Amino acid sequence: MTGSEKQLRGLLAEFGSTDVLLRAAERVRDAGYTRWDAHTPFPVHGLDEAMGLKTTKLSWFVMACGLCGAGGGLLMQWWMNAVDYKYIISGKPFFSIPASIPVMFEITILVSALAAFVGMLAFNGLPELYHVVFTSRRFVRATNDRFFISIESADPKFDAVTTASLLTSAGAAVVEPLED
Amino acid sequence: MNPMVSPPIDLATEKRHLGELAPMVIKVALAIGVLGIAGTAWLAYGAHDGGERFYRSYLVAFVYFLSLSLGALFFVVLQHLTHSGWSVVLRRMAEAVAANLPVLAVLALPVLFGLHHLYHWSDPEVVAGDHLLQGKAGYLNVRFFLIRMAIYFAVWAGLSRYYFRTSLRQDETGDPGLTLKMERLSGPAIVLYAVTQTFASFDLLMSLDAHWFSTIYGVYFFAGSILGFFAMLPIIFYLLQRSGRLTHSVTTEHFHDMGKLAFAFTVFWAYIAFSQFMLIWYSNMPEETGWYLRRQQGQWAWVSLTLLFGHFVLPFLALISRYPKRRRGMIVVPTMWILLMHWLDIYWLVMPEASEGRVPFSLLDLTCFLALGGVFVAAAAHRMRRRALVCEKDPRVAESLRFENA
Repeated sequence: MTGSEKQLRGLLAEFGSTDVLLRAAERVRDAGYTRWDAHTPFPVHGLDEAMGLKTTKLSWFVMACGLCGAGGGLLMQWWMNAVDYKYIISGKPFFSIPASIPVMFEITILVSALAAFVGMLAFNGLPELYHVVFTSRRFVRATNDRFFISIESADPKFDAVTTASLLTSAGAAVVEPLED
Repeated sequence: MNPMVSPPIDLATEKRHLGELAPMVIKVALAIGVLGIAGTAWLAYGAHDGGERFYRSYLVAFVYFLSLSLGALFFVVLQHLTHSGWSVVLRRMAEAVAANLPVLAVLALPVLFGLHHLYHWSDPEVVAGDHLLQGKAGYLNVRFFLIRMAIYFAVWAGLSRYYFRTSLRQDETGDPGLTLKMERLSGPAIVLYAVTQTFASFDLLMSLDAHWFSTIYGVYFFAGSILGFFAMLPIIFYLLQRSGRLTHSVTTEHFHDMGKLAFAFTVFWAYIAFSQFMLIWYSNMPEETGWYLRRQQGQWAWVSLTLLFGHFVLPFLALISRYPKRRRGMIVVPTMWILLMHWLDIYWLVMPEASEGRVPFSLLDLTCFLALGGVFVAAAAHRMRRRALVCEKDPRVAESLRFENA
């Protein structure tokens, strides 16, 4: 691939500390960008607010799946024991709530845990096998000792010049174009 | 937040003592206590049952407040055992509540006086005609019961006083070595706690029907006790903050975690309660089912259902979300409800043994509750009248102040 074929996909800004990163994230948030992300080697408290991230819907999804698990577990046992394959076990009724609760409980936990795991990946758009930030040599330090903000050119507010100057004025040590 | 950059929370502007509030709280609590004692005396004196009803009501109220202090003691020891930093600003109030245990040792005396009214195994005539009780007489006899009570309260009073005193000494000296000493004791302390708490629940509550036994009973009582304490803790801090105290050091994050613990132990209580129920229900052995049968017949069935929904389902739904846990005014509503349900739970453990099919609510239940509650609060407030309400010089107080839920 020659240089002329490369297209600008976004900008990557590098920051030296969490403090500068947090303030820069607030600036980017307030400027109205939507297709951008912050990359840090460890969880930074306050970054969610600085980025303006909304509370996750994941908990509602997990709750709904958990309730389906509980109801499904109950239904399954009722159908198996009281309808499909009636079998007298130590004089117990074919179907009863107390005997069904352990299985309901386990299925609730199982379905909730799977829903949380799969839902978290899905809501985050994962697995994502390629992203343009990986073209940057500098970006490898996002897992070590540097903090980054990437803004994609697909963002409606994106403009190569003004976005770069916003990042620079927000305290970025380096702003580099992301191309592929 | 990054410890290198976060601004230190300014504690200099915060009120960290009860100050002028202390005499007022003590006075009001004592007034309620005296009212309760007078009412109890009047009602018990007029009764013609030789005091049996009084002793049962007293046992319910006594075990209720005992369980709250035991929950507090467990919390204090657990924080040291797990080397916890987040909870440092909450620990002093737990220490103060746990330090009521020596007071409760004195308040146990009426239970001992009422031994023959409460526990059928203490009557030699009953034992003489009861083969099962004869077999258990080596353990269930008055002398050994009194010895065990002395041991339980000696352990609890000793531990709670040690942790309270040592923590106060650290306020003066700021010696981090005291934290190490408290942590070193916490391992043996938690073992002593587990043994004494389990056997105390066997002796005080389970032996009300000495024919019946359940090995999980101690855990059941433990779960309810800890839940009661975790329900009480946010209320204490809510009231302190309403009066302008601890406004900086106890943050939304701490309320969030107290709410999480209340939620966790709501589920734990239900898990243990159901574990006990299901094994007995499933094996269906007459010597085990009688205890539950009494609680499913007549009016007691409604109390059992109230516990299922009020002690588990409602608090579960009220506490599951992050939203109310991070709002002080909202979190205390379900936890006050839990404190009420915890009382009903103890009532449900004690009363059906003497009153089959009928829930014998009596004014004595209320007056005993007020009497012991008044003394309980007054003793704690008196203890804290000149003390700081947080462990000011704990080496991890800064960590606790900075703590944030991810």
